[in-house]
Amino acid sequence: MSNKTVSELGVNESLFAYPDERGHFGVFGGKFVSETLMAALQELEAEYYRLRKDDAFQEELQCDLSEYVGRSSPLYFAERLTKEAGGARIYLKREDLNHTGAHKINNCIGQALLAKYMGKPRIIAETGAGQHGVASATVAARFGLECQVYMGSEDIKRQSLNVYRMKLLGAEVVPVTSGSRTLKDALNEAMRDWVTNVDDTHYIIGTVAGPHPYPMLVRDFQSVIGEETKQQFDAQHGGLPDAIVACVGGGSNAMGIFYPFLEDRSVRLVGVEAAGHGLETGRHAAPLSEGTVGVLHGNRTYLMSDDAGQIIETHSVSAGLDYPGVGPEHSFLKDVDRAEYVAIDDNEALEAFRLLNRVEGILPALESSHAIAYGVKLAGQMSVDQSIVINLSGRGDKDIPTVARIDGISIE
Amino acid sequence: MVQLSKTLTDLSSANKKALVAYIVAGDPTPETTVPLMHTLVEAGVDVIELGMPFSDPEAEGPVIQLAHERALAHNVSLRHCLEMATEFRKSNSSTPIVLMGYLNPIEFIGYQQFAKQAEAAGISGTIIVNLPPEESGEMDSVLEAHNIEPVYLLAPTTTDERAEIVCRASRGFVYYVSLKGTTGASTLDIDDVSEKMARFRKISSLPIMVGFGVKDGASAKAVAGVADGAVVGSAIVKLMEEHRDNPELLQQSVKQFVGELRAAID
Repeated sequence: MSNKTVSELGVNESLFAYPDERGHFGVFGGKFVSETLMAALQELEAEYYRLRKDDAFQEELQCDLSEYVGRSSPLYFAERLTKEAGGARIYLKREDLNHTGAHKINNCIGQALLAKYMGKPRIIAETGAGQHGVASATVAARFGLECQVYMGSEDIKRQSLNVYRMKLLGAEVVPVTSGSRTLKDALNEAMRDWVTNVDDTHYIIGTVAGPHPYPMLVRDFQSVIGEETKQQFDAQHGGLPDAIVACVGGGSNAMGIFYPFLEDRSVRLVGVEAAGHGLETGRHAAPLSEGTVGVLHGNRTYLMSDDAGQIIETHSVSAGLDYPGVGPEHSFLKDVDRAEYVAIDDNEALEAFRLLNRVEGILPALESSHAIAYGVKLAGQMSVDQSIVINLSGRGDKDIPTVARIDGISIE
Repeated sequence: MVQLSKTLTDLSSANKKALVAYIVAGDPTPETTVPLMHTLVEAGVDVIELGMPFSDPEAEGPVIQLAHERALAHNVSLRHCLEMATEFRKSNSSTPIVLMGYLNPIEFIGYQQFAKQAEAAGISGTIIVNLPPEESGEMDSVLEAHNIEPVYLLAPTTTDERAEIVCRASRGFVYYVSLKGTTGASTLDIDDVSEKMARFRKISSLPIMVGFGVKDGASAKAVAGVADGAVVGSAIVKLMEEHRDNPELLQQSVKQFVGELRAAID
């Protein structure tokens, strides 16, 4: 089950050729779902291939990205952070400035439009920390769609602010009490809903995981991040950056910024997973660093399993990275050596969270703080005439209670 | 002929309908399972579907999800399922055991290892819920080499084109999941089942078992009237939940319930 390396792919085979027509990225990806879901996936796949080339659809998407989401997001040269790191120039791609405060909305706008064009009046979504749930509820309000968001009952307790936001947006939050009562169980429950209600319902998966065509279509909707980055970097600095750094939970912000650069082989692509309490403790959320290949949520990918093949609980200070799997295209890019994957633990991420506040006046999400932490390390090892781009995937207002609690400060 | 196919062919020659029962290995306790398998056979079950507990049983409704959780609380996994099958085979060499579950525990040990160990344990067939025939090429050839028959699923939404793929990959029987939702979701629409059977029979000559929604004598009889057999799952698993603290009563109530189903379909 090993993949070919980049050089073995052959001169004519481009990394843009994936997934293949069966939804495979090498041995990864695919459609590992029960028969009851097959028809729904085939319908979605056919509709997406059609709408991808549909002028009216693309025009409406572009219009909403610019006027509703507020794109393009700035590429910002972080002068003081660069000085702090003492090496390569650091640029931040400011996805935190999007409407709703993160990159999640790019995918949600695209998929809500898909639902509209497919004539489905109801959308469902899964959420962990609540960011994808809020983005889904937002686009549901924007397009007048009914919306239910599945959320683990444990997460509902920890994220009351986002639960309330979703309700304000007119969505119903459905508590999930099965399994570990967190993100992975919410995803299971959303799939069960979709199986039952597929006639009138579109399921908006929040990341580049799930069965084909989801990893592909979420990647496509998020690729706007990388496309803008490429143009903006060339305009501001000239040429291509030497490295791009992004955090990876399911991996949608990383896939979105990596994808347009896949064939620019001089650009290092670095994904940063959550090492939680430390990789050596086993209490982390880093399947690409420490996991094994398996099948979950409809695709083959690197996973966190125990030695009986059961999915295990993950740990990260950042709820958005707390997922036992990862998008299959990341597994593929790792195995063909096109992207490298590293891990940053809770303490390093918290330090980066404080650093960016202090030297740039920017409040990053704890997820994005993992990318900042590694980006600063990496820049320090590079020379001053080199440049890196860090994807600042979201803003950190939602994380203030968590960080304050760690600091021993109680805020209402 | 391999065990599962042989059992179903024999039933068909005798003009009898098959009764297939699903339980989750280790539910409510590991000690319950092997005696329960014998009870099922005594009460008239022809094929046992032995559910392999998994942390993420994506396609199951609440009743069967809880059964997986009860079994996982005792750490029951693939290895224990095979040990239970081995134990059962010491006094029953003929009733087919179809191992039903999700792919990850099998991916983890590798297809070859799995097939070898499953054959040694006397497993007759597999239903791997999240492995559709489009992804199963390698698995099918490995299983065939070890005399294990893969069973694939048909759903109400399955097109004729896909039904052909599913039936071509299936051995022993095909399993028609008569509801759109998850296991144990709602009631049976027998006219719909009947119409689907007519369609599928044009595509394949394999026996077709109907499951999901069989919960009493009447529904079992109705299903057996149009299909080659009935699969009962959630209704038995509910008894596990109800009598989980009383092993004796559990065996008795399963025996009685399955006996009623047997009588209804004969």
